[in-house]
Amino acid sequence: MSVDKDTVRRVAHLARIAVAEDELAPLGDRLNAILDFADQLAEVDVNDVEPMTSVTPMALRQRDDVVTDGGDVEKVLMNAPAARQGFFAVPKVVE
Amino acid sequence: MGELSRLTLAAARDGLRRGDFTAREITEDCLAEIDAADALNAVVTKTPERARAMADAADARLKAGDAPDMCGLPLGVKDLFCTEGVKSQAASNILGGFTPPYESTTTAKLWAEGAVMLGKLNMDEFAMGSSNETSCYGPVASPWRREGANAPLTPGGSSGGSAAAVAADLCLAATGTDTGGSIRQPAAFTGIVGVKPTYGRVSRWGIVAFASSLDQAGPMVKSVRDGAIMLRAMAGLDTKDSTSADIPVPDFEAALTGDIRGKTIGIPREYRIDGMPDEIEALWTKGREMLADAGAKVVDISLPHTKYALPAYYIIAPAEASSNLARYDGVRYGARAKLAADDGVTEMFEKTRAEGFGAEVRSRVMVGAYVLSAGYYDAYYLRAQKVRTLIRRDFETAFADGVDAILTPATPSAAFALGEVGGDDPVAMYLNDVFTVTVNLAGLPGVAVPAGLDGAGLPLGLQLIGRPWEEADMLNIAQALENAAGFSAKPARWW
Repeated sequence: MSVDKDTVRRVAHLARIAVAEDELAPLGDRLNAILDFADQLAEVDVNDVEPMTSVTPMALRQRDDVVTDGGDVEKVLMNAPAARQGFFAVPKVVE
Repeated sequence: MGELSRLTLAAARDGLRRGDFTAREITEDCLAEIDAADALNAVVTKTPERARAMADAADARLKAGDAPDMCGLPLGVKDLFCTEGVKSQAASNILGGFTPPYESTTTAKLWAEGAVMLGKLNMDEFAMGSSNETSCYGPVASPWRREGANAPLTPGGSSGGSAAAVAADLCLAATGTDTGGSIRQPAAFTGIVGVKPTYGRVSRWGIVAFASSLDQAGPMVKSVRDGAIMLRAMAGLDTKDSTSADIPVPDFEAALTGDIRGKTIGIPREYRIDGMPDEIEALWTKGREMLADAGAKVVDISLPHTKYALPAYYIIAPAEASSNLARYDGVRYGARAKLAADDGVTEMFEKTRAEGFGAEVRSRVMVGAYVLSAGYYDAYYLRAQKVRTLIRRDFETAFADGVDAILTPATPSAAFALGEVGGDDPVAMYLNDVFTVTVNLAGLPGVAVPAGLDGAGLPLGLQLIGRPWEEADMLNIAQALENAAGFSAKPARWW
C-alpha cells in the first residue's frame, strides 16, 4: 500500500500535526518505508486467532467510584502555558 | 575521586552497614564524577542539593539501624519518570519546562527505601529510538570507544543516558524503561546488566507513557545481584496502575545461588538471522556452552512467529503512542507554539505539535493515526494484535514443553557510531530491537548480561528470557551466566 500526498495531509490532520506542503512527499516516503515493512504481516494466517487485548491474562481491577484526590486547581494549572481565573486558557473556540 | 562511585549496589550496601564510608561520601563522589562527565551528555538535570539532603537523611537512617537495601545508594533517573519538583521532559521540547507536582510510584518506592537521586538522565524523545539520537538534549556519547579510534559511539537507546551513566560510574545504578528493548539493548551496548520485568511487575504510574501495553520500567545496574536488589525495591502492586499485578514480590536476591543444575534452556532457531555477524554467533554459542557446563540442559526450540515481531511492534507501538501522545496539545502543560492573531484552537494544536515533537516522534504518531484510521484498522492494527497472540503462544508452547528460560543474543551487533545507522531508512534503526521486541509483545521478563568483547573491544551481551513472573529464576540463570562469563572490562576514560 502506498501513501500519497493527499493521504499524508489527511493523516497529519488526524494527528493534529501541521505539515508544510514541501514536507508531505518526504514524510510520505518515510511512512511508506514503515508500512512496507509492516506488510510482511499479510503473510501470516490469522484466521481464527483472537487479537490480543491484554498482555497478561488478568481482568483490570476496578475501584469504588469515589473521589480519592482533587481540589488542586493550583497544582493542575501550574504547568499550563496559559491560565486565567482558575481555568486553562485557549484561543476562542466559539464564534 | 570516583572510587566509591564505582561500587556495585551490593558492595555499597554492605560497606555502608560496616561503616566503611557514608552515603554522603558516595554521593559526593558521584556528583564529582557527573560534573566531570559533561562530554557524555548523559545527565540532563543535575540535582546535587537534593542528593546531599537525601544522602544525609540516609546516613541518619543507617545510624538508627533502620536501613532497607537501597538506603544511601545514589541513582540516576531516566527523564521519562516524573519526579516531584524536578523538571521531567521525556527528552522532548513539547514538555519544555514541565515540572511535575507528583512523583512516579517507582521512584517514590526507591526514595522510601532511602535511595538518593543524583539527577535526570538523557534518553530518546518519548523513548522512541535505539541510539539516543532523537533526544531534544542531543545524543549521549557512549563511554566506550573502538580500540584505536575516537569516533563517538551510541550507548544505545532509548535508555541511553542511563546506560552511559552506569557504565561510566557516574552513579551506582539507574532506572530505565523498556518498550521494545530500551533497557536491554543499551545495557548490552555498554557492558552493564539491564532487567526488563514481567509486564505488570513494576507500576507505570507517573512514567510518561509511550506504548502502554508494552512499557515496563526496570533496573540498569552493574551486576545481576544489583538487578535483583533494585528490582525488589521497584516492584509491587500499585492501585494507581490498573495493569499493576497483585502478585507477591519475592526476595530476588535470595534466589541467586548460581546453581542451575536441572534447568532447561531453550535456544530458538529463528533467532539465527541472515547476516548476523560471526562474533554474535560465537558469543551465543559460548553462552550455550557456559550454561551447559553449569549443569543446565540446553535444547533447541522453535518460536515460529519471531520474524513477525518487529513488523507487529511497529504497528502496535505507534498506534498506542498516537493515542498516548494526543495529550500534548499546548493546553495543560509544556510548550505552546506562537500563534497568529486569527489562529483558532486547531491551529494551536497543529502548530504546537509540529514544533514540539521531533521528526521520529512525528512520523510514529502519524503511522499510529494511519493504522488506526477507518479503512486501515483491520488490515494493520487488528492483524498486528492477532500476530501478537501468535507470538505469545509460541512462548507458552516452549514453556509448556519444559523450558525454564530462553537464551538469545541481546543485539545484532556491537554499538555503532553516532550518525551511522538510520538516516532516510527508519527501518534500519528498528532492526536493533530484533532480539528484544518479542519479550515486550509477550509481556515476559528479560535480562541482558554482558558476556564478551568484539574485535574492536566493544561489549556484547546475551539475553535470557524468563517465564512470566519468574524473574527470580531468570536472574539466577543470569547469575550463572555472569559467573561463567567473568566480564570485567571497563571503558577507558577519555571524558
